[in-house]
Formats: sequence, structure tokens, C-alpha cells
Amino acid sequence: MSIELKGVTKKFGRVAAVNNVTFSVKEGELMALLGPSGGGKTTVLRMIAGLEMPTSGDVFIRGRRVNNLSVQQRNIGFVFQNYALFKNMNVFKNIAFGLKIKKWKAADIRARIGELLTLFGLEGLEQRYPHQLSGGQRQRVAIARALAPKPNVLLLDEPFGAVDAKIRQELREWLVTLHHDLNVTTIFVTHDQEEALEVANRIVIFSGGVLEQVGTPREVYEQPANEFVARFIGAMNVLEPEVRGGVARLGELEFPASGQPDGHKLRIGFRPYAVQISSDLTQHRYRAVLRHTFFLGVLLRVELELPSGLTIRARMTKEDYAHQGLEDGKEVSFQIRQYRVLAGAAAALPPESELGYPAPPLLGENI
Amino acid sequence: MSPRGTEESPVAKWVLIAIALAFSFVFLLLPLVNVFAQALAYGWAHYWQSLVKPDSLAAIRLTLLLAAVTVPLNVLFGLAAAWAIAKFDFTGKPILITLIDLPFSVSPVVAGLMLVVLFGLQGFFGQWLDAHNLKIIFAVPGIVLATIFVTFPFVARELIPVMQATGTEQEEAALTLGANGWQTFWHVTLPSVKWGLIYGIILCNARAMGEFGAVSVVSGHIAGQTETMPLRVEALYQGATEGSAAAAFAVASLLALLALLTLGIKTFLEWRQARTQKLIVGRVDS
Repeated sequence: MSIELKGVTKKFGRVAAVNNVTFSVKEGELMALLGPSGGGKTTVLRMIAGLEMPTSGDVFIRGRRVNNLSVQQRNIGFVFQNYALFKNMNVFKNIAFGLKIKKWKAADIRARIGELLTLFGLEGLEQRYPHQLSGGQRQRVAIARALAPKPNVLLLDEPFGAVDAKIRQELREWLVTLHHDLNVTTIFVTHDQEEALEVANRIVIFSGGVLEQVGTPREVYEQPANEFVARFIGAMNVLEPEVRGGVARLGELEFPASGQPDGHKLRIGFRPYAVQISSDLTQHRYRAVLRHTFFLGVLLRVELELPSGLTIRARMTKEDYAHQGLEDGKEVSFQIRQYRVLAGAAAALPPESELGYPAPPLLGENI
Repeated sequence: MSPRGTEESPVAKWVLIAIALAFSFVFLLLPLVNVFAQALAYGWAHYWQSLVKPDSLAAIRLTLLLAAVTVPLNVLFGLAAAWAIAKFDFTGKPILITLIDLPFSVSPVVAGLMLVVLFGLQGFFGQWLDAHNLKIIFAVPGIVLATIFVTFPFVARELIPVMQATGTEQEEAALTLGANGWQTFWHVTLPSVKWGLIYGIILCNARAMGEFGAVSVVSGHIAGQTETMPLRVEALYQGATEGSAAAAFAVASLLALLALLTLGIKTFLEWRQARTQKLIVGRVDS
């Protein structure tokens, strides 16, 4: 284990920003700390770095308890959200800073920086000052500076937050490649689900200072541990049908609920991709009117309005949509292929009710 | 509507410029020139003689000593206060900020009187100081204290906004790269506040050398001992001897030179800062 947190709590005053968090990061892993702002993810990152001290609990780096080690002694590389480049130093001096502090020989420093400049595509920019660089260049200098002293672990706080959308995509791919090449244990903080799903090997999801789930992108997407994760990772329709005679009903929709007492409300969730639509009105069980179509590229998002007024979101491919001759205002039939009981089951129900369809590929689903 | 709707008419423009220039000339430039003219009224020899009189030399020495003691203390305090205010959150922060500004809002004479009330013979610590044979009021320590009081805000006031704008990330970055507190301060913090610090120092220096009111109250005006340059100017000006007014202006001319020098450095620093800003803005635009 490269990094381990055991029961870590951090209180600011009386508020617990991080509450009893336990997880571990394997050597060489690329881990995302994901959650809405205020979820405590940056505080966790700063505690690993030693910039914040846990109120209770232990932090281990490579098996060694580091609670009492200062930030200087932990040998970590930290990349700040706004990069925090030294404004009064040029690119070379920025990257050399950590090496000079660690008393490397001048020749070794020059060799190491030459190596990093090549790796990061920053050749020729040595004499530039931070204000003379583009956002993407600044980020690369910040990462090069953090990696220069060969840290045990690279920590990045919202690494893609400060650049615009187009460059962000390039940087994501670049970070994955870099991690692949260097194989240094990397943890980054993000509030963007898509970013976490795309870049990370594993994801830790926080909300309100509590760890909600740890897992691979596929795990947290397909087997969310709870409703928060289900709704945070990707879109989800959530309904609260009421039980009558073993069936939970809301409008036209019915879900089997044998053994549940009458009057009880279940919380049911299903992904937009689990809604199957057909222009053939006899093919599926429910009827609805296609109200709006949103073009998202290869995939489309459609809103269905049921006769009872209930609105649900569905997703389908462009080809399927065209093939069926769909358009706004058209009447369709649909079914829900897969759903989950999120909460409210008084007696045991199967955790997931599937109709036997595999989940489609992940990306693009969580728009 | 004229096509040049937002522009002033040329007449208004020239009238405004003329008023501003005339005002500056009559109230600022003319007195300044007059100081030098009066100082040299009896010729260069008399000018030089006035400056090298023992009492005048003593006043110059005392004023330099005052600056030498006050400015470093002010730098030390200013850095500490600005650091605390810009980088930490603590209860009582607004009170500290208000306290730093206090000397700006208190009349210097009142500041001097406060010291007399505290350290004078009839004052709070008076008996104790007398018993231990320590003299503060009507002596150099009193003058130093009065000057420290009135110059208190200069460096801190310049540094607080600069440090607040810079934030703590660069320092934290230095820490994660292995730097200790002193290395971080020396290599990261100090360079980033360099110009604000120099600016604060020259303002503080100018005030320390030029302060009259507070110093006048606590000094006791003992020629050759507790007279600073501003006090010496006043004493000479009120002197009855032939040419003493010219001597007063001679000493005053030194203070005026200091003022001009301060103004020059200040303008240079502002020009430099504006140039750096423009460089940054230019880059962002491109």
C-alpha cells in the first residue's frame, strides 16, 4: 500500500470537514477524490501532504505513519489548484527550487531539469516567467516542479479547474499518459464526475466529509453504494411510488413490491439508458409523448411525458432515434429495463431488478 | 448631441489644466524653490556654515539615528503584522487592523502627550523610571518612541494588500518542495512583497525624519541633545540673530531634498510596478 488513511477526522472549530475516513491507495495507482465542493476532498489531500493535521486518525505513506512528519519530511509532490508558481522565478528556477533546497549538485539539477523539460514539452521556455506562459504550460511547469525531487506520491488539487474546456480534455489525456510513463502513485481532487471516470483507476467519493464509496469507475457507476453515489455519478431518474397490494405505483408506472406494507413509499432509481423506447406503440408496456430532444453528440437525451404528467429522462443513440423516425411530440411506448430500490424497502427486496440487458459503455452517460 | 458626446470641450480642458498647474505652482513649487532661495540668501559659505554648526550637526545626527532605529523596527513590525493579517485567521483581527491605523487618525501632538502621560515625571511610570534613573521624556528614548508611534502603520499598510493578494499558496508550494520556514520567507515571501516593502520603507523614513508634532512634545528642545532637524529648523527660525532665518532654511533645505528624493524613488517604483502590470496584462490579452 502506498498510502493509507485510517479513521481520519479533521475538524475546523466544531465542524468536521472530514469524518472518519478510511481508504488506501496502491503503489502506482491513479486515484481520484471526487465529490461536490465542500465534500472534504481537498482537506483529505492536504492531510496526506501534511499541509493539514488530522484531528484524529492515522495517515500512512509506504507503511510509515506520517502524522508527526512535517510536510517537508513526507517527500510528496503537490500541485495547487492555481499552480502557485513562484512569480519571481523563471521556469528553470521554479523547477530547480526543490532540488536546490535538497542540495542537489548543479550538474545533476541541470540534467534533471533537461529531462523534465523534454518530458513535459517545455523546451525553450526555461527563461520565461509564469506570467509569460499559457494556462496549460503553467500547469505542466507546476507538475514538473512537483515531480523534480522524485516524490513518493504526486498530489493534485483540481488540476484541470483553471483551464478552459478545450485544453482540459487535452490535459486529461496527457495526465493519463504521464502517469502511465512515470508510474508514480497519483491522487487528484476533482468535482467533475466525467473527469474522474475518464482519468482515474479508482475513485473515492466524498460528500459532506463522509466517504460514500471507493471503487473503479465501472463499480461506482454500475454498483453505486447508495443513492448519493447513484445520483452523483451519472444521471438518474428517481421516483417515490406507493405500495398497494404488493405493487408500488406512481402514475402509470408499476414496480413489484411483494411483502411491502400498503401505504409504504419506496425510492426507485433508474438510469436514462435503462429506458427503452419504441415508436411501435404495442411493443412496450407504457405509453408516453416525446417532449424534448437534446443533442449531446453521439447520444441523445429525450424527455418523456406520461399521460399522468410524470416526466422521465431517457437516453438513446442517434442511429436508433433516426431509425425509429422519432421527433418531438410523437407518441412512443417504453419500458424500464433495469432499476434499483434506493431506499424505503421495509422487507428485503432484490437490490437490483434486471431484465437481462447489459449496461452500455460508460462514457458520455453522465452528461 | 455632438459627435464627441463624452469629451469635454477644449476650453474646459485647458481651464482645468491651468487651474491645476497654477495651484501646484503657487502652493507646492514656489515654497520649495523659496526654501532653497532663502537658504542661499547669504551665499554658499553661510549655507555651509549653518549646516556644520555643532547644534545643527547634532540635529542631523539625531535625525539619522532616529531613522536608523525606527525604520528597521517598523519593517520588522510591518512584516509580522501584515503576515498575521494576510495569512492567518484569528479572533481580534479587525481590532488589530484598526489599531495599526490608529496613528493615522490621532494628532501627533496627542501622541506625544500620551507618552508624557505615561513616562513623564508625573506620569504613570514616572516614579518608577525616576527611581531607576531612566529618562525617557525630554530625552532621546522619548523621541524614538514618539517617532515609532507616528510611523507605526507605514510598512504594514503597504504590505497587507500585497500579501493578501498573493495568498499562501506559493509559501505552501515551497514547503511541499522541502523548504523550511526561513527559506520560504527568504526565497518566496520576501521577493513577492519586495516593492511594497521598499515603498513602505521610504515613506516610513521620510516621516521618521520629518516628524515634528509628536517629537516636539516629548523632546524638551535641548539644543545639541534632543533637537531633531525639524525642531532645529523651528529653533533657528525663531532665533533673533542675523542670518538665523537663512540657517533655518539651510537645514530645511536638507529635509526638502529628502522629500524630493523620496518623491523620485516613489515615482520610479510606481512606474516599475505599472510596467510589470502592463507586461502581465499584455500577456493575458495576447
